[in-house]
Formats: sequence, structure tokens, C-alpha cells
Amino acid sequence: MAVAAARVAEAPSVLEVTNIEVVYNHTVQVLRGLSLRVPEGQVVALLGSNGAGKTTTLKAISGLLALENGALTAGDVLFSGTTTRGRKPHELVHAGLFHVMEGRHVFEDLTVEENLVAATYSRAGASARDFDLVYEYFPRLYERRKGLAGYLSGGEQQMLAIGRALVANPRLILLDEPSLGLSPLLTEEIFTIIARINAEHGTSMLVVEQNAAMAFAVASYAYIMETGRIVTDGPVETLMRDQDVREFYLGMGEEGAARNYRDVKHYKRRKRWLS
Amino acid sequence: MDWLFLAEVSLAGIGAGGLYALTGLAFVLIYKATRVVNLAIGEILMLGGYVFFGFAAGLALPTWLAILLTLAVAGLFGGVVERLLIRPMLGESPISVFMLTIGLGSILVGVVELLWGANPLQLPDYMPNTPLFIGEAYVSAKVATAFAVAAVTVVAFLLLFRFWRGGVALRATAGDQAAAYSMGIDVPRVFSLAWVIACITAAASGMLVGAIGGISPTMGVFGLSVLVVVIVGGLDSVLGAMVAGLFIGLLEALTGAFLGGEFKMLATFTLLVAVLVVRPYGLFGTHEIERL
Repeated sequence: MAVAAARVAEAPSVLEVTNIEVVYNHTVQVLRGLSLRVPEGQVVALLGSNGAGKTTTLKAISGLLALENGALTAGDVLFSGTTTRGRKPHELVHAGLFHVMEGRHVFEDLTVEENLVAATYSRAGASARDFDLVYEYFPRLYERRKGLAGYLSGGEQQMLAIGRALVANPRLILLDEPSLGLSPLLTEEIFTIIARINAEHGTSMLVVEQNAAMAFAVASYAYIMETGRIVTDGPVETLMRDQDVREFYLGMGEEGAARNYRDVKHYKRRKRWLS
Repeated sequence: MDWLFLAEVSLAGIGAGGLYALTGLAFVLIYKATRVVNLAIGEILMLGGYVFFGFAAGLALPTWLAILLTLAVAGLFGGVVERLLIRPMLGESPISVFMLTIGLGSILVGVVELLWGANPLQLPDYMPNTPLFIGEAYVSAKVATAFAVAAVTVVAFLLLFRFWRGGVALRATAGDQAAAYSMGIDVPRVFSLAWVIACITAAASGMLVGAIGGISPTMGVFGLSVLVVVIVGGLDSVLGAMVAGLFIGLLEALTGAFLGGEFKMLATFTLLVAVLVVRPYGLFGTHEIERL
């Protein structure tokens, strides 16, 4: 475990976020000085409750914030060592930063195959082999490749969303809640493939999740955020042993058994990360 | 029943239908990419006719040069309109954008009347005049040429949308802009390109229509028939514009010949109502996928 932690510290960062602040509509401040880094070839998890600002963080990194009247007012985002400030979202995708948005966002009127074609827009030499790779990871998409993406089930749409990232062959994938609305079984399937992609292609990933147990299974390092800032972070092995994390994010008490939800709520009111 | 007459009327109708399809294509391109209902399409077509007149008759340039310059001016016009009028309206209510294009149409009529006057004009003859016979049926060479140009263009676009990556990108942009951004598609450039290509297509159509029937500031009403065509065919379907264009061209010619010119409108709008009742999104238009 110590070895793994040391490896995280040594690897050069593919993404480095320092003290960013994000304001929506010139009025609502959502992020307050948030910093995190993703080391090359690692999966990093970003956890937190609803409204903590996880999705906003990803949008600030990929530049999609501008579409929602949000702005980065302070701090800096370095991707592959160069700042992303002033670069358009599509330019970042071409540089190898791929954002898989929350809620999948497949092109419903396009076929599965055309969805993948659209995702190759950011790279010059996509070939049939890249498509085969996606179909190898997700055989179900191959069966339905001629069908409209809008008719896929939720799980299949999530597979397609990840498949699009795969054909784009990026350096870093930002993955926003891949488990959203999926059954536990499907969630596990998706996360198995996320781990495979990371292991077989060395693609770095920043994964936002509500399902902490799942995220911990694939990530080597994790950040936990609350109301717009990081409240705790560390190697996953360390966090798994942390009493508070176990209680609030893994739903386990001291004995290791799942606790009654009412107790958790009671605890939460009394105890906060920051007071 | 005079079969030869029927054949000739039908051929003329299909020829005119080709121009409907071509102009419909210009409309569909813009709608497909930007979801803007462009009611100025008839006036942009008219502008194409007049700009060609200016180059070919006013400046007495050779025909091929006048055609190329007209297409270039139309493309530039499309780019400027998109950048200055349409892009600031992104995210506004569709009705506002719709009204804006109506206003643009009126301005174009005014500008053309200021520059060239309100009287109908004749384009210099640039198309072959030798009569053409298909079997025994006579077809005007102009109509045949116009049809050939329209057919080639429409089919080319059909193939582009299916097999070219840029065509897929355009359809993706129309479907989900945020997702298109996240695929690395330069969304504003797609919008701009759609307007440029659509205006070039409309201007080409204007040169063909003008060569057959002459040009006048009121020729923008052609756009009204085209609106019927694209609604019948489906607002976002190139195939729909083609099929509906040909069919409505034929329908108008037949009713005009056998019932009288005053029944043309009656026939087309009856068709429009019938299609809307049965298929509200047009014959080939995509209807939203609802998953319950």
C-alpha cells in the first residue's frame, strides 16, 4: 500500500487544478478555491454529496462551463502542463481531454455507430480497429450498432457514452457519475470496464461518483468535497480506513456493519467536515 | 385523354419540383444544424438571382464568372448573417429568431428594390435553348438543366450527410449542442458553415428559377411554396425535401393544367393539411424519441 501511495506521488500530473473559483451568472459562487491533481495513468475519484460542486468542477476543467453562463474567476487548470484558460472546449478535446457528461448525453437521433463516428471528430486517424475495440469492450453495442441511440436502455447509453470516449483515445477522461440511474449489477459492469480501460490503455481518469464504494474499487486516490471545496483527500487505502469516510461515504459503522440511516443522519447534523 | 400532354405537363412539374427540392435543401440545412426556421429563404433566393443579374448584365461579366461570383457573394452573405444576426440570438425563443428572419426577408426586398427597381427583369440567357424531347414529349431545355443541377446537388448532400464525418457532426450538433462540444466539435463553426452552404444553395436555386421565369422583388414568394415542401417532407430531412419537392411540383403542374391555375394553391395546401394530420413531423422528419 505504501508503495502504491508513493507511485501516486511520483507520477507526473496530467491534470493540475489549483485554487479555482467558479461563479455562475456573475452571482452564485459554486467553487471556493478547489485544488486537485490527476497523476498520469491513474484513476482519481472525486466524491461528495449532491450540490457539493463535483459536476461544476469537471465542467470548469473541460471548459463546458461557458455554455451555462459560468466562469472561472480565480485559480488555474493545467492540462498536460499547459493552462486551459482561454482555450475553447473543442480545442481541449483535440488536445486529449474528454468529458463524459452526467446523464450520458448520447445523440438520440443518430445510430450507435454514428455516435462513435461523431466522437472521432477530435482525432485525425480513427480506423475500424478503434471501433472494434469499443465493440470488444461492449458487445451489446455491436449488436445494436445500426439502431438509434435514443432507443438504447440507460445502461447501454452509458456504455455508448464511455465508448465514445474510448474511440476518441484521449489522455484524460473526465467521467461524471457513470452509475447514475443504473442497477447495482450494471454499475459493477461499467466500473469493471472503467478499470480495464485504465489498465489496458493507461488512460488517466477523474471519476465523479456518489457510489463511493464503487469509486474506491477503481481509484488509487480520492478527493472528498463539500460545498465547493475539498475537505479531505488521500490514497484510497488510507481513506478506506478513515472512520469518518467509512461512516458517511461507505455507510459502515465501527463494527463494519451497515448502520441505520436514521443514525447516520443524526450524526451528520452534529458533525461536519468543516465547522 | 391526351397522354402526350399529360407527359409533358408531368415533366415540367417534376422539373419545377427539382427547384423546390433544391431550395428546400437550403432550408433544411439551416434547420438541421441550428433549429432556426429561416423564412427569408425565398428572399435569399431572390438575392441570388439579382446578384447574378448584376454581375452578368450590369457588369457584363462572362456567365461562368458571374455564377462563381454570385455563389461567393451568397456564401459570404450567409456567413455574415449568421455571425451578426443569428448567433447573438442563440438561446432566445424560437419565435424571436423566426421573426428576425421575416425581418431579414423584408430588408432584402427593400434593398433589391432600391438597387434594381421594382419591375421584373429578364436574366441574360445563359442556358441552352434547344428543345429537348424525352420520347415524344417536349421539355424546355432550361427546365431540364435546372432539374439536372438540382438533382445532382440534392443527391450529393444526401450522401454527404450519411457518409461524411462532417455531416455526422452537423447532425450531432443539431441533436445536442453540449454533447457536440464535448466530442470536440466546433459548434459555432458548424452553425456558420450551415448558413454559408445554405445561402450558396439558395442563390444557385435563385439563378435557375430566375433563368426560367425572370426575376422580380416578389419572387421571394417561391419561398412560401418551399415552406410547404419542407413541412410536408419533414423540416430536418434532405430526403423529405427531395421527395416532397418533386411531388408538389408535379401536383401543382397537374392541377394547373387540368383544373386551372387558381386551384394550385388549393391542391398544395390540402396536401399540407392532410400530411400534418397524419404525420405532424412530416413524411421523413424525425420525431422526438420519447422513452417512457
